[in-house]
Amino acid sequence: MKTGDLLELAGRNLRESILRNSLTTAGISIGVASLVAMLSLGTGLQELANRRVGQSGLFDTVYVTSMKDGRGGNQDDEADQPKTKEAATAKLLDDSARQQVAQLPAVISVDPEVRFMGDIRSSDAPAAPATSDTAAAPGESASHATFVAALPASSRRDEAFESMKGHFFSSANANEAIVSKNFAKDLDEKTPESIIGKTVTVQFASRETLPGNTSGGFSVVRKNQTVTIVGMIDSEPFGGMRRISSAGIFVPTAIAEQWNVLQTSDFRGVATDADAQKIYPALLVQVTSAGKVPEVQEAIKKLGFRTFSILDATKGMRRFFGILDLFLGIFGSLALIVASLAIINTLVMAVLERRREIGIMKAIGASDSDVKKLFFTEAGAMGLVGGIFGVLLGLGIGGLINFGTNLYLTQHHESPEAVWASPWWLLASSIAFSIIVSLIAGLYPAARAAKLDPVQALRYE
Amino acid sequence: MNDIFAIRTERASRHHQLGSSTIRALDEVSVTVPRGEFASLLGPSGSGKSTLLNLLAGLDRPTSGAIEVLGKDLAKMTSEELAVYRRLTVGMVFQSFNLISSMTVAENVELPLRFAETPREGRAARVKEALDRVELSHRAGHRPSELSGGEQQRASIARALINQPSLLLADEPTGNLDSRTGTEIMTVLDRLNREMGMTILMVTHERAIAEKWSQRMIFMADGQFVSEARTEKLA
Repeated sequence: MKTGDLLELAGRNLRESILRNSLTTAGISIGVASLVAMLSLGTGLQELANRRVGQSGLFDTVYVTSMKDGRGGNQDDEADQPKTKEAATAKLLDDSARQQVAQLPAVISVDPEVRFMGDIRSSDAPAAPATSDTAAAPGESASHATFVAALPASSRRDEAFESMKGHFFSSANANEAIVSKNFAKDLDEKTPESIIGKTVTVQFASRETLPGNTSGGFSVVRKNQTVTIVGMIDSEPFGGMRRISSAGIFVPTAIAEQWNVLQTSDFRGVATDADAQKIYPALLVQVTSAGKVPEVQEAIKKLGFRTFSILDATKGMRRFFGILDLFLGIFGSLALIVASLAIINTLVMAVLERRREIGIMKAIGASDSDVKKLFFTEAGAMGLVGGIFGVLLGLGIGGLINFGTNLYLTQHHESPEAVWASPWWLLASSIAFSIIVSLIAGLYPAARAAKLDPVQALRYE
Repeated sequence: MNDIFAIRTERASRHHQLGSSTIRALDEVSVTVPRGEFASLLGPSGSGKSTLLNLLAGLDRPTSGAIEVLGKDLAKMTSEELAVYRRLTVGMVFQSFNLISSMTVAENVELPLRFAETPREGRAARVKEALDRVELSHRAGHRPSELSGGEQQRASIARALINQPSLLLADEPTGNLDSRTGTEIMTVLDRLNREMGMTILMVTHERAIAEKWSQRMIFMADGQFVSEARTEKLA
């Protein structure tokens, strides 16, 4: 029998027992909706976690240190990379290394990690003379010692800045600063927000190359720079996972570089390098996408540096979500498997009821395989229709859950989040799974119908 | 195999096992029906008439012996080959009409064309032609429950004719009809035999009908062949 005729006859048969078949199809729909619900929740939670970590700017960033430096690498990394003899002859992170890394494919930017101790004073308080002690004279505004960290322009995406008071740096070279709320309280305990818009002076130790010096030596001088505070953050940037996360005040990286701040790595340069080159403690390499991170990490390792990325640390998280999805899928499928029993029941009933009809069809030329295909098509059609309605029902449930979650989050002054995600492949797979389960359920009734003895079937009243 | 015979059975038997006893529904029956003949199979209930008809229709298989129709040994055919045989070579008319109640007359008549994978384009014309032949075109859109017994049987004949079979097997076609309607049906069968040269084997209880409409009568009893006689019609 041709496919068109098969579909037509199957449709006619399904319409004949519309109530029973509709109930069975509704059972399948509920099963598919349960599957879609479970998997969409798993996918949504995974996407939420990825989005949250992704917003931290950690996924598409590689942290680079010299082999001499023990920081930054996770255990695997350290096991992979030389530490002893090699460390002794390892390359330093100087400008040349920075340029080499910047030229690698898929690298967007390379920023040095800058974090130093500074003294912060309100601009209305006089700064200490550049060469004098920093202690405040009686009657002067007190200085506040805190760590100052440099933020690359790409940090703007970090979720710490989503709910900030004020705004992010207006440009990469702006003489602006963002303060942490805790530090703002140090400056003004009662109304920390009032610090926004004020100008402060940052006093720090600067590295100044000695005139005519070629041996890498430098002098250390005290410097003062003024910046305008444009924003205040409540939480640490980069999820508190970086050295530069923990600081009282943040300035743009380009500005921090211009300030030529003294860092501990500079002493290493003096000890090991003949040139007067700047030595960076670490470089933050921003990559075009998270998928490119392993490739860039490998290329940087080949250049002779140690690397670390959050992807290494999130392997466990990805495994967890994989297992969660598996279990949610199994629980979701249970309802569909129960629905498949309803299909078997419906079709076995249909075989009994249509026994004479099957006999007639065989008597006028239907083969066993025609009869089998007819019942299979009916099972598959119930699976298809049940699958489509199930997906729609699942999407409806998902919409309600997202709505409810967002209502709750809004009431608790949180930004809305989608905890439910139904990608097209999940919906298409659910419909396909529904059809497959229905066809498997149709195996027994179809075989039973095909095996019916036409002589006995024609006698059946 | 002699080509002059449409039907030839050679010691055909159909036994059923019922517990420890064997039911001999058909026991070594050898009969022949020449091509183009209208033959009747007569006998009391349980004589094996319907069993023989089912074997000739390819709905059942003999326990032993040969069942040959138009030169083909049905006993040697596979299940799929028997389905093709039922589809194209033989047409069946039943006492209880056996129309599918959820389909209209036209849809019932069209059904064998679906199994034969006949292209859709020509189907409507063939259905109309078959219904015209039994004078039932005006009832094409009706369901069987809306038809009289005679009309249902004519629809059943139209369905049996749709694939233009060479052999028509009729199992008590007038059994459920009054005598006037029975005569109408027999007229249709007679016309098919005469005009189309179709071989017809009809099972009936009524000798009078067999004598009036068929050319040969085959008598059976207790699953065995008893005798055969030519009617005046043949002469």
